[in-house]
Amino acid sequence: MRNFIRFLTKNAFIFLFLFLELISFIFLMKNNNYQSSKFLNSSNFLVGNLFETISNVTDYLNLKTENEILRVQNAKLLSANKNSFTKVFGTTVQINDTSYFQKYIYSAAKVINNSTNQRENYITIDKGAINGIKQGMAVINSDGVVGIVKNVSTNFSSVISLLHQKNSISGKFKDSNYYGSVVWDSDKNQYNTALLKEIPNHVKLNIGDSIITSGFSSIFPEGILIGTIKSYDLPKGNNFYDIEINLSVDFKKLSHVYIVKSLLKEEQTQLEKLNQ
Amino acid sequence: MLIDGIKYSFYFLILVLAQGLLLNNIEFSGYINPYIYVLFILILPFNTSKYLVLILAFILGLSIDAFSSTAGMHTSATVFMGFLRNYVLKLIEPCDGYEVSSKPLAEEMGIQWFATYSTILVLSHHLFLFSIESFKFSQFFTTLGRAIISCIFTLLLIFIVQLFNYKKASRR
Repeated sequence: MRNFIRFLTKNAFIFLFLFLELISFIFLMKNNNYQSSKFLNSSNFLVGNLFETISNVTDYLNLKTENEILRVQNAKLLSANKNSFTKVFGTTVQINDTSYFQKYIYSAAKVINNSTNQRENYITIDKGAINGIKQGMAVINSDGVVGIVKNVSTNFSSVISLLHQKNSISGKFKDSNYYGSVVWDSDKNQYNTALLKEIPNHVKLNIGDSIITSGFSSIFPEGILIGTIKSYDLPKGNNFYDIEINLSVDFKKLSHVYIVKSLLKEEQTQLEKLNQ
Repeated sequence: MLIDGIKYSFYFLILVLAQGLLLNNIEFSGYINPYIYVLFILILPFNTSKYLVLILAFILGLSIDAFSSTAGMHTSATVFMGFLRNYVLKLIEPCDGYEVSSKPLAEEMGIQWFATYSTILVLSHHLFLFSIESFKFSQFFTTLGRAIISCIFTLLLIFIVQLFNYKKASRR
């Protein structure tokens, strides 16, 4: 026993080192586990506030382009407004339509921290549990898909960006409805491209075809733009294409986003759970 | 002693903020991320207890991780570097030993000594960090490349910072 204690005190430096490394590896593993990383990320209150202050300053620099985007979006919404339609014929028959009800609710948020150069990129937004944000909600902007909410604190949330090596989103062709999964190529580490996988070799493709969300996952509404085909290749003896797509969202200048709450998500996931 | 404590807490704050708010946003072609914050571990005085170095490295890594949402990654790399520092200092010790009151700076120990010292430690820190980040051996050479290029940029920044100190010291 005495020898053992002597051994411990003699090598205390190495043991302290191993102990600290062990703690940091536990952090590392926990962070990879989807749920339990609330301990240390940038939705952390102090750092979140700091980022918000800085973002308040830098936002002024982007005001012009942001305004442009908002104007374009306003114009689109106005043109979809009922007032901007006119009757085709002079008389119409009124129908009380009860077959539509609300499925998605959108709320706006501001990006206060963003990264594009890691293998696992996260975005911090200025809305949190107090604004009704929950884990697993979709995040989009006017150009297309941005990511999925991962952690929520009282005032902030952190979002797994599409530029994350473990993020995968179900996408399909706008024209042909063939679907596959969109993943980011973290080895290439380019913020404007991603890969589309699992598209079988009999599908006809063209460069520039649009990829939209499939709506299967119950997180994203159907029909939100993900990107367009940049290049494709069919390796010999392979059943699936290698497709590279240009992402429609410019992650480098992300500023305002929308959070999508799906009202039917629980119903769908509960039903699908029964199958397992 | 107390003045040193205040001075080093100040350095700590400056380096963490510079890293978290400024340098984390710098990148060229997705390869180059300079990590200047390791300078804090480099310039701790010679007579700092080796246990204290490890604990300071742990706290430093945690603060950087809080800024970049990478729990544990920077912490483990910085602790590893703090661990190596003890042995590197022994390895490149001058014949007559270190003076108790001196600090491992370029202006006190000479450029050549400082270059050896910082290159070994910064390179090992970056190698550790980037291998943990990719966490697989399949892209060993990509990881190695990233580590080395980023290391060069970190060292460049460290030398620029040292240069400022140099000027101040000679003017006095």
